[in-house]
Order: sequence, then C-alpha cells, then structure tokens
Amino acid sequence: MPNPPSTPAELSLPATQAVLESAARDRLDQLPAAIGDYTVPEPRLTCRGVNVFYGEKQAIFNVNLDIGQREVIALIGPSGCGKSTFLRCLNRMNDTIEGCRVEGEIKLDGVDIYHDGLDPVILRARVGMVFQKPNPFPKSIYDNVAYGPRIHGLARNRTELDEIVEDSLRKAGLWEEVKDRLDQPGTGLSGGQQQRLCIARAIAVNPEVLLMDEPCSALDPIATATIEQLIDELRTQYSIVIVTHNMQQAARVSQRTAYFHLGRLIEIGPTAKIFTNPRHPLTEDYITGRFG
Amino acid sequence: MSKGHTVDRIVASIARRRARETRLKWAGFMAVAVTLALLALLLGSIVALGWRAFQQTYLALDVYFDPQVIAPDGRLDEESLRQADYESLVRQALRELFPQVEGRTQQRMLYRLVSSGGADYLSHMVLADPRLIGTRQRVWLPASSDVDMFAKGQTGAQRAASLQPWIDHLLAQGRIEKRFNKTFFTAGDSREPELAGILGALSGSFYTIGLTLLLSFPLGVAAAVYLEEFAPKKNFWVDLIEVNINNLAAVPSIVFGLLGLAVFLNAFALPRSTPLVGALVLTLMTLPTIIITSRVSLQAVPPWIREAALGVGASKMQMVLHHVLPLALPGMLTGAIIGTARALGETAPLLMIGMVAFIVDIPRGLLDPATVLPVQIYLWADSAERGFVERAAAAILVLLVFMLLMNALAIFLRRHFERRW
Ligand SMILES: Nc1ncnc2c1ncn2[C@@H]1O[C@H](COP(=O)(O)OP(=O)(O)OP(=O)(O)O)[C@@H](O)[C@H]1O
Ligand SMILES: [Mg+2]
Repeated sequence: MPNPPSTPAELSLPATQAVLESAARDRLDQLPAAIGDYTVPEPRLTCRGVNVFYGEKQAIFNVNLDIGQREVIALIGPSGCGKSTFLRCLNRMNDTIEGCRVEGEIKLDGVDIYHDGLDPVILRARVGMVFQKPNPFPKSIYDNVAYGPRIHGLARNRTELDEIVEDSLRKAGLWEEVKDRLDQPGTGLSGGQQQRLCIARAIAVNPEVLLMDEPCSALDPIATATIEQLIDELRTQYSIVIVTHNMQQAARVSQRTAYFHLGRLIEIGPTAKIFTNPRHPLTEDYITGRFG
Repeated sequence: MSKGHTVDRIVASIARRRARETRLKWAGFMAVAVTLALLALLLGSIVALGWRAFQQTYLALDVYFDPQVIAPDGRLDEESLRQADYESLVRQALRELFPQVEGRTQQRMLYRLVSSGGADYLSHMVLADPRLIGTRQRVWLPASSDVDMFAKGQTGAQRAASLQPWIDHLLAQGRIEKRFNKTFFTAGDSREPELAGILGALSGSFYTIGLTLLLSFPLGVAAAVYLEEFAPKKNFWVDLIEVNINNLAAVPSIVFGLLGLAVFLNAFALPRSTPLVGALVLTLMTLPTIIITSRVSLQAVPPWIREAALGVGASKMQMVLHHVLPLALPGMLTGAIIGTARALGETAPLLMIGMVAFIVDIPRGLLDPATVLPVQIYLWADSAERGFVERAAAAILVLLVFMLLMNALAIFLRRHFERRW
C-alpha cells in the first residue's frame, strides 16, 4: 500500500515512537491527539480523556471516542494495547478487577456512568457484553437466555418469558438448532453455538449497546460467518463495539474502526478509509501485517 | 560436537533418568504398602477383639413363674407386677437345675451364672403376658459376663474357671447358646458388661453431630462467602481475621473444650453433659475447617462464571446466590461432612464439658445428659473387665462404620453434583 502523501512529516514512525516513550515517562498531555474525527452526531456513548490504571501501571492513555447509535465500531490493535481494557470500561466490568482505576468521563446518553450515581447493574443491563471465550452458565439453554429478563423483571409471566427467549434465540440465529432441547445444558453445545447462546443471553435484556470482545476468536469460519451476519442484523437496533484481531472481519462488519497502540487511540475513522487509506504509519504497518 | 556424540549423551542420560524413575516408583509403592499393612493390622486387631461382642452367651433355664413370688397378695396390677422379686425366680430355677449345690457361698457362686439383667428379662415377659404366672417356661437368659467370656474361650478369668463344672453340665444339656447380641444395640451403658449397649452413646453422638452440622455449615458457608466475595481485599482487619481462622484450624481440640467449659457452662450456665453444649464446642472446633474448605470451593468457581453473571446485570448478591454458590456447594458440603466426621471422633473437648459421665438412660433430646461414641469407647477401654474391653472394640467398629458412611455420603454428594458442572 503506498504511503499516503497526507501523512504529516512529524508523525513518521521513529518520531512517533520517541513521543510515545517520552509520554510514558511524563504523562502525556502533550501527546498528539488521535488522527481522525472521533465524534459522531447523536452519540450513544461519549468517552473523554479516559485513563485506566492497573495499580501503578497505566493501560489506557487519554482516549476520546464517541460511539454512535446503530453502528458497529471495531477496535483493532496489537495484543496488549488495551482494547479489552477500554471495552470493559464501557460497562464497568473493570470494577471487578482489584486495583483497576478509571479516570475521565464516559457518558451513556449524557449520563456519566462512573460519577452520576448510575447503578452498575442498570448500566450493564443497558450495555451488554459478549466475552471472548463462550461462557454460558452451567444451566439449561432456556435458563441461560431467561436469566437476564428474570432478574430484571422484564417478563410478567411465563408466556412473555418464553417469547423473549424464542425471540432472542432467533435473533442470535440459534433457535432452529436448539428449539427441541431448550432444557438441555447450554454447556453441551458446540463452541460456536455456545457463543451464539451468549449473544442471545446478552440481547435478551434488550440492551442499547453491545460490547463484543473477540467474539469469534474461538470459532471456525462457518460459525464466524453466522455471527458476522448476526452482527449485521443486530446493527439495525443496537450500537455494537467489537474487538477483533481479524482485519477482514473488522472490514466486513464495522462502519468505523479505531486503531489502538500501547494504550493510545492512534487513528479513528470510517472503516473503508482506515483500511484503504490509513494516515498514521503505525496503523498502516498494523493493517498491512508488518507487525502486531 | 558431532551428531552421534549428542545422541550418545541422551542415551546415557535416559538410563539414569529411567533408574531414578524406577527408584521413585518403588519408594512410593513401599510407602503405600506400609500404610496399608499398618491399617490392616489396626483393623484386624480391632475386628478380632470386637466381633465377639456382637455375640452374647445365653442360658436356658426352666423358670417357674411362681404366683407366690410374683403376686403374694394376689394383686395383678402393673405396679405390683413390676415390683415383684424376679431375682428369686431365677435363683429358684438355678437351684432346681443344680440341686447338689449347697451352702450360701456355693449358691451365691451359682447365681453368678446368670446376668443380673435376667430378672428384668422375666419382668418384661410377665408384664407383656400376665398369663405366664403359674406356668413353667424354658427361658433363655443372658449369661453373666464371666460365663460369656468363658464360653468365648477367654480362659484367663479365674472366677470363670471355678464355674467350669456347671458350665460343662449346662453345655451337655444344650442349655448354652451364643446368640446375636441385640442388647449391645438397644441398651445404654451399664455396670454389667453383658447389659451394656451403645445405643445411648450412639444417640448422643447423633444429636451432637447433627446439631454441629446444622450450626457449623450455614455459619461456615456464610463466613466464607463474606470473606471471599464481599470483604474488602487487602484490608488489615480482613487479613487479621483470615490469619486467625487459619490458626484456629490448627488449635488442639482440647482447647476448644476448655473454652466451652469457661463460656457455655460457666458464663452462660448451660446444662452440663448435654449434646447442646457438646455441639456448640464441636461447632467452634469445625468452623475454621469448614470456612477454609468453603473458601477453597468458592475460589475454584471459574471467574468467567462471575463475569457472565455480572455481564447481564446481576447484582453481586445475585451473582453469588444464583451462580457461584450452587457451583461451590458440593465442595462445601464435602468439606463440612469431612469436618464433622472428624468431630464425630473427638473425645478430648467433650471430656472438658462433662460428657464423660456414666449415663444409663438413652438421651432423647439435646438437653438430656449424654455421652458420645468415642467417649464411651474411652470409658470401656479403660475398664478392668474383659467384657467391657471387648465392647470397646465393637464400639470402635460401629464408629468406623459411621465414619465410612459419612465419607461415602461426601463422595456421593460430590459425584452427584459434579455432573451438572
Ligand atoms: N487484570 C490486569 N492486571 C494488570 N494488568 C492488566 C490486567 N489486564 C490487562 N492488563 C494489562 O493492560 C494492558 C492492556 O491489556 P488488554 O487486555 O486490555 O489488552 P488487549 O488489547 O485486549 O490484548 P489482547 O488483544 O491480547 O486481548 C496489557 O499491558 C496488560 O498487561
Ligand atoms: Mg483482549
């Protein structure tokens, strides 16, 4: 891929690395902001100046990012760059990690999720999560999906609950495969089916945002295709943030892509542009497979 | 370095490694063999001694239920029947059997053939069926411990030796028989070995251990859940509590007995020698163990279960109650049962709170004076009489069977629940 001429001279690779290293030393207010427009009109989630620390160690540096309504945004970057850490800030899953501290402002529909007294339980009902490793409860398929609606009191009776379960399983593309064995353990399904079950479980509580941390990393190409198709359909209703190591996947499912490097958001923009015309040399090296 | 050279070295080192492996395997095998041999020896000696106590010698006497003795004034109500002198009926029958025995001393020796419980036996018969009065019946009465020992081939006792001619006579007439010792399982303690049973100690153990499990399991689980799931980490007080619990698990059990004596008996004035106090002491003793095993089972629940629950918006309480606890429960149960099985075998702390008294009545509740199996074993094994020593061994067998049952239950529960993982 040809180096785009628009790359500013001061952002050549060695120069950037020098900046990154010095920034790691003296807290990076002087770090150049990410390339590209991180805002969207009518955002669902807005993140401003987010820093995350594990104890003394800083894992996320001053990230600004908006997540729009009904869009899929892909987070990419080399291993250990903080994609999962950032994702887990968005529904406060980092709260469960001992010594993890989040600074900055993250707003869901204008409400600061860390400081405005929003109950994490409500937050997580509105911002659902699908984990990298399929993690169904060791309960029946039905109970897996019904668990969220039950604890949140979303169904008034059994019929309504049945409807929610069927609807969620249909949306997750699993209904036809499991409709005859809803009472069997969810852990007995194949890996791809388990992951779709987890997606069904997450969407059963009808969240506004769905966070997916490498949802296909344990799956074969067919199961991956099913889930990608599913993401495409879910986009009509939800905002989806997906972490992936698979460039093709990011290119296929997302409308915007954010590239992270060493805890920093380096470049953000429409997926097509990032993949065909990356402006930052780090981004370019990564997506052309030169490192990462 | 040439290729062949390296291979030679590997071959040489393989021989050494193999030899070391073999030595290690043999050492392990020997260790297991020694352990098994010792266990077999222990069990063998207990069984050899104890199995005899499951049999009791009985004598057949032709007892005449003399109306003159049973109801001298003709009153046949229950009260008078109960108070009649059945002892003399037994003596009468013995004298009839051995008419040649004369003189008080000789006769008193003769009376020692039959257990002092023989009279009770007759009394029960008459109370059950008053029509027996006036008839002559062949009745099988428990032999005295001396005769019992003699019949079982324990010739050591001198007293028994002097009874030999009579015993031979009875044997010749087919009036001596060894039967299953029902008394051992239906009676409480007694001064006479042939009348002593373990039911008292067994029910004492049952009440004590049952209450111990009821108290210590919920408390231990609650404490473990709090410490593992809710307590702040890296907090001075939490660390202090943790260290203390670990130390308490290693405190000698008698110390808990002293504590129970000081707190439950002296400060709270709870009744001595009761299963209630015993259970409280044993609860204190098993609690640390249960807390520790419960925490381990909680830690063993994979973290992704918690993340999954929190991820759909479960509160921490819901996460624990709906997901973590059900998965940890089998492990907790196993720990609790093994902990209480240990408590079942405890003697020392119970001695301190007076559960060592001689108690004939079978306890019927938590507030009745009671003793427990291991204490009963201790009391009997300490006795000079051969019959009691034998019964101590038999009681050990019963105790071991109970422990095995509890451990089997623990294994069963673990297997049963594990499948749902
Ligand atoms: N629980 C934790 N405690 C301490 N440090 C952590 C913890 N989790 C992550 N980190 C550190 O934070 C940084 C970012 O980790 P993160 O898991 O977010 O990376 P990632 O981009 O998701 O990587 P991958 O693509 O391999 O999943 C890493 O340097 C990692 O070592
Ligand atoms: Mg990750």
